[in-house]
Amino acid sequence: MSALTEVESVVIRFSGDSGDGMQLTGTQFSNTSAIMGNDIATFPDYPAEIRAPQGTIAGVSGFQIHFGSREIFTPGDEADMLVAFNPAALMVNLKDLKKGGTLLVNSDAFSDSKIAKAGFEANPLDSGELDGYQVIKVPIDSQTIEALKDIDLDTKSKKRCKNFYALGMTYFLYHREMQTTLEWIKEKFSDHPELLQANQTAMKAGAHFAETLEEVVSTYKVSSAKIDPGIYRQINGNTSTAWGFMRAAQAAKLPLFLGSYPITPASDILHELSKYKEFDVKTFQAEDEIAAICAAIGAGLAGSLAITTSSGPGIALKGEAIGMAISYEIPLVIVNVQRGGPSTGLPTKTEQSDLFQALYGRNGDAPLIIIAASRPNDCFDMAYEASRLALEHMSPVIMLTDGYIANGTEPWKIPDIDAHYAQIKHKMLDPNSVYTENWSWISRDPKTLVRDWAIPGMPGLEHRIGGLEKDFKTGNVSYDPANHQKMSDIRRDKIEAVKENIPLQEIEGEPSGDLLIISWGGTYGAVEMAMRALQKEGKKISLIHLRYLNPMPKNVGEIIKNYKKVIIPELNMGQMVHIINAKFGCNAIGYNKVQGLPFKISELKSAFTQALNEV
Amino acid sequence: MSENTELNYTKKDFASDQEVKWCPGCGDYAILSAIQTALTHIGRKREDIVFVSGIGCSSRFPYYMNTYGYHTIHGRAPAVASGLKTANPDLSVWVITGDGDSLSIGGNHLIHALRRNVDMNIVLFNNEIYGLTKGQYSPTTQPGHITKSTPYGSLDRPFSPAKLAFGASATFIARTLDADANHMQEVMLEAEAHRGTSFIEIYQNCVIFNDGCHSQYVNKESRNDHSIILTHGKPMVFGGDIKKGIILDHLRLKVVELGEMYTEEDCLVHDKHNEMLASLLVAIDADPAMPKLYGVLYAVNDVIYNEQVTTQIVEVKAKKGPADFHKLLYSGDTWHIE
Repeated sequence: MSALTEVESVVIRFSGDSGDGMQLTGTQFSNTSAIMGNDIATFPDYPAEIRAPQGTIAGVSGFQIHFGSREIFTPGDEADMLVAFNPAALMVNLKDLKKGGTLLVNSDAFSDSKIAKAGFEANPLDSGELDGYQVIKVPIDSQTIEALKDIDLDTKSKKRCKNFYALGMTYFLYHREMQTTLEWIKEKFSDHPELLQANQTAMKAGAHFAETLEEVVSTYKVSSAKIDPGIYRQINGNTSTAWGFMRAAQAAKLPLFLGSYPITPASDILHELSKYKEFDVKTFQAEDEIAAICAAIGAGLAGSLAITTSSGPGIALKGEAIGMAISYEIPLVIVNVQRGGPSTGLPTKTEQSDLFQALYGRNGDAPLIIIAASRPNDCFDMAYEASRLALEHMSPVIMLTDGYIANGTEPWKIPDIDAHYAQIKHKMLDPNSVYTENWSWISRDPKTLVRDWAIPGMPGLEHRIGGLEKDFKTGNVSYDPANHQKMSDIRRDKIEAVKENIPLQEIEGEPSGDLLIISWGGTYGAVEMAMRALQKEGKKISLIHLRYLNPMPKNVGEIIKNYKKVIIPELNMGQMVHIINAKFGCNAIGYNKVQGLPFKISELKSAFTQALNEV
Repeated sequence: MSENTELNYTKKDFASDQEVKWCPGCGDYAILSAIQTALTHIGRKREDIVFVSGIGCSSRFPYYMNTYGYHTIHGRAPAVASGLKTANPDLSVWVITGDGDSLSIGGNHLIHALRRNVDMNIVLFNNEIYGLTKGQYSPTTQPGHITKSTPYGSLDRPFSPAKLAFGASATFIARTLDADANHMQEVMLEAEAHRGTSFIEIYQNCVIFNDGCHSQYVNKESRNDHSIILTHGKPMVFGGDIKKGIILDHLRLKVVELGEMYTEEDCLVHDKHNEMLASLLVAIDADPAMPKLYGVLYAVNDVIYNEQVTTQIVEVKAKKGPADFHKLLYSGDTWHIE
């Protein structure tokens, strides 16, 4: 038996060809770890091509999981262990393996041709370039086939069980219990007894083999984390977003309507919502992005909680229709799961470079509400918030997430929905209690400037709305100069008034100090971990992570004044920093990266340290 | 559908308080009047009727209707209307559009609305020109036509709206003309009664930018010789002084004079439910030797998108039971932290 080391947290990355089942393997490992009481965060990294040519760099698919006995906010910077199913996977991922880390390779895949295809000049298993890592070379293909020799399956099918063989090995190395995964296999392959048996056998064989492996000098134990008591489940950002809308529709007692057009990385929201017809969810896969938002607008006009989901290129196409929703003053939620841009950009890679688009990407002065989710399980809350604000303020709301949190999975303490997500009061009129004489669809609350919501089917409230400018009083078409000024003022003030209906900005850390970090969106985890590390070192550093971007909470300007310096890390070329400096006249500096990858904690730590040194 | 025979609406009940602002002599006035009159006969309450339009002269239509109305953005009315009808299938939904709005910028939405067969009426005012942008050629402008943007003559091959609709799997295709109020009303009533998307093309005259573009087959003096009003079950005959008819000749429609060689009995009998016949009827649209066809060219019953959406929800509810958010939250793997 090899030595047992107790560690606080571990990062493992599984990588192989996109057909090798890496996403499935990683998901099993993370589910098991969560059920064993670890805090976890995961991130899949898959190619844009569905099946790129086998063995190529372009076809490498990866799944990273970070699990620990302390709070885990990100999938981790560098991996403690890398599982590489072929030379290409090794080529792509070796740079992210910690020096001295464990490397499990499938030596069967290291043929001369595959080695060359991956871009290695010589076999890396012999060339010495892996010195400094703890390399475990295993002929996984042949050992899997050997382990399954008594099962009535063809060799190709047997070989496909290799991911479970490797998973079994990692379960032994990290003291994971196999039960959850064995049960999952049983359920998954209940109609295919041979495959059921083959995958279960492969997994057990892998674990047994790892036990006898001379090369294994150490196995690792990660104890359960101290986590808030409660019942937990795993959830990724897109599912969490979908569920937030479903709950909001229930809380508002309105049917939910999604108009959407498939686009990476937002499509999973469409897939998820299309499952729940029993919740009166209608999903409309439109002919294009424009039709998707227009159908949602139509459903909103008919009295549904209307949403449309997309990513940057799709949002660009929706621009004119978003302007129409602003001009109509109707509730509508637009989700942008951001990806690398411009144009088609990097469909499967994360970025947060659509902030300017959300704020300014329309013709005319066209303000709307913008909020951003900070982590996978925050998407539920923010989707609910987006719906609440849209319905309470009769305005379109853009909800920003990104590819990183949309696909990232983390544990979620199941909320008490009866206490916290129970009721949304929308503005829909009761036609029986409206005095219809002289009623105008555009009459509004003098304080919030929100108009009433009358929908087709309500007798006596028939009215016409268009994209042309409307008379302030009657709602009829108006070309009057002073009226246009007045309506433009109203559209601005109406959004500003939302400030009274959102929480004040919370500060993490002391309310004054040397350095204030302002972040937003999916960078929260890495920023938070970097800040905590520096606080531990005694640095006077605090964080405000913005979830409400337009309007911002009332106290943001005041908070900023209490720090000597402000730094704004963003996965774009500098957008929020521009807005904050324009809005509050401060000299915030940016820390920016656009490589399609999330921030590493280490790079943020050094950026913040450098900023602190310059205070 | 609400069956209410005691509504007793008059045409005036459907007129809004807004001043109608089309050019004097515009064909749109007659269409507005015909639709307002038709609505008094459909048995639907005013509050259950919705007009949706895009951009263009015709798209100002909803402002003049005392119903619910939405003047949306260029070309997108079928998409907005599809969402509206799918969300609330109890409404009577009408899309008002023009040849630029529906065939050019909104072509994609038109064909997909027809394909889905959402239960609504799409009324296309075809004047073969852009009016509101002041006289550029449209997707139905005749080749060689001089317009603001084609000073040496248009080079574009035009669409036949009916043929396009047929190709997009429309279940109801009709054509009428702004100069015949009664025929317009008849077609509107049949369109509203049809379950699925009804596509109605109206030959409409733009007095300013394309005056008389349809005159040969619309004006009273010449239209008998250049058009047929199709009636289901009746032979296809037409003509003023000289009676003519349409026969089938080797898979082609052919115009013949009635008299010695041919009689009415030799002529094709219109069958609006016949898909093969419809394919021939839409094929002659651009043939100057053939008469223009008015009436319901094609009408079949097929599955209706919004009905299927409703049915699927009922079926899933029957299978899965009522929605339970708690159950959803606790579905799959959960674990308890003490």
